[in-house]
Amino acid sequence: MQYMLLIYTNENAQMPADERNKMFVEYGAFTQGIIKSGNFQAGAPLQPTSTATTVRVRDGKTLTVDGPFAETKEQLGGYYLVEAENLDQAVAIAARIPGARLGSIEVRPVMKM
Amino acid sequence: MATAALEQLYREDYGRIVAALIRLVGDFEVAEEAIHDAFAAALEQWPREGVPANPRAWIVGAARHKAIDRIRRRGRLDDKLRQISALASPDDLAEGTGDGDTGDTVPDDRLRLIFTCCHPALALEAQVALSLRTLCGLTTEEIARAFIVPAATMAQRLVRAKRKIRAAGIPYEVPSDELLPERLEAVMAVIYLIFNEGYSATSGAELVRGDLCIEAIRLGRILRELIPENPEVGGLLALMLLHDARRAARLDAGGDIVLLEEQDRVLWNPAQIREGLALATAALSSATPGPYAIQCAIAAAHARSVSAANTDWREIAALYTVLTRIQPSPVVELNRAVAVAMAEGPEYGLILIDTIEAQGELRDYHLLWSARADLLRRLGRWHEAREAYDHALALVIDEPQRRFLRRRLAEVGQH
Repeated sequence: MQYMLLIYTNENAQMPADERNKMFVEYGAFTQGIIKSGNFQAGAPLQPTSTATTVRVRDGKTLTVDGPFAETKEQLGGYYLVEAENLDQAVAIAARIPGARLGSIEVRPVMKM
Repeated sequence: MATAALEQLYREDYGRIVAALIRLVGDFEVAEEAIHDAFAAALEQWPREGVPANPRAWIVGAARHKAIDRIRRRGRLDDKLRQISALASPDDLAEGTGDGDTGDTVPDDRLRLIFTCCHPALALEAQVALSLRTLCGLTTEEIARAFIVPAATMAQRLVRAKRKIRAAGIPYEVPSDELLPERLEAVMAVIYLIFNEGYSATSGAELVRGDLCIEAIRLGRILRELIPENPEVGGLLALMLLHDARRAARLDAGGDIVLLEEQDRVLWNPAQIREGLALATAALSSATPGPYAIQCAIAAAHARSVSAANTDWREIAALYTVLTRIQPSPVVELNRAVAVAMAEGPEYGLILIDTIEAQGELRDYHLLWSARADLLRRLGRWHEAREAYDHALALVIDEPQRRFLRRRLAEVGQH
């Protein structure tokens, strides 16, 4: 099964430079790890919500506004798409994402089409 | 005859049947619908053709065919169906569902089912409902009644949980060794929650709902049968058996609470106490007894006392001290305070209760105030006792507890 692992963290939290670097290295190691194990399908960090644009089409008209869809305490900051045997395996992978220690990872099964 | 056999089969073996079917078809809903069809077919055939030699295998075999029919009718001849169709005869299929099935590599299907039903990715209320529905074979209406929610709400809850199991890929398997301890803890927590809901209902006019206690004990027995070597599993079963043994003595004719010290111990269930005590001894022989083992030891100390007066409160207080270390919580502290009051005198218990109250977490817990009131009453500090009973009354929700507190308040009011 495929799972989307959505990484939510507080993008406004201040982090000292050395910690940020350490986390960067950890993300690299984690990504390499799940590539090697064959679970990795896709993944990327996202630019902060201050760069987000929300689009809606109503009555055929495209409405474009600045900002994310909803203001929340933690923001979507990146994602991984992984192949896992079941939810237990997906959760185990999600728990190894460095961001899980600071924020939360939402694990969502991908609908089979 | 055939109808009675079917009723018995449903009551006793529903859990095994549904567990086997889910393994075969890989889907809760299809499995349950197919079993329903199979029972309907049996109801029609058995009175005419006689009860088959192995009724459970018959139902499992018939349900498997019904499941294949259902999947075929939905026009989805997928891999799963090919897999089911390729499997051996119904008699072989029934093999893995229990009884002689003690092979190391093939766990009882119900063990998989327990771990799936109590998966932490499901809401706790859904875990409870699913366990009662699938493992105990309770109907949706029965579960709804037991938890005092509308049947439609409970049906919704069950449907949503089963959909999530399928859509989210919640595994139908016994967790791996590194996950097993925490998962087993979650399973035991669900069983104990069901028991406590029956033992001291949090809402409604009835204080004890014995049916839920019976079902929780049944689940405890299944778990123990499946994991006999775990002392905590045995401890949980012992704890439930020993508490439930007092059921007949806990309420008077008017449905009011009778406190442990005032209970007529002749009404306690001796067979259940014997079984509970034997299990408690085994649970406590572990090198590092866990919280259920300690709690069952406390229940055992009460069960062994022929009267309230000769209860070994020092032992009980010491056990609570151990419990506060391995499972710290203000409620455990409160129980310890009550035991200390019984062992050393109310003034010592009162000091502990005041400390707990000062910590704040239990300030709105009616049992803290009723325990405090009781100690003040014993000390003859009538005015303060009245105030504490008033405080408890303002916080209590359920009717029998309220009646009990009013009665006590009237008693101290005479002084």
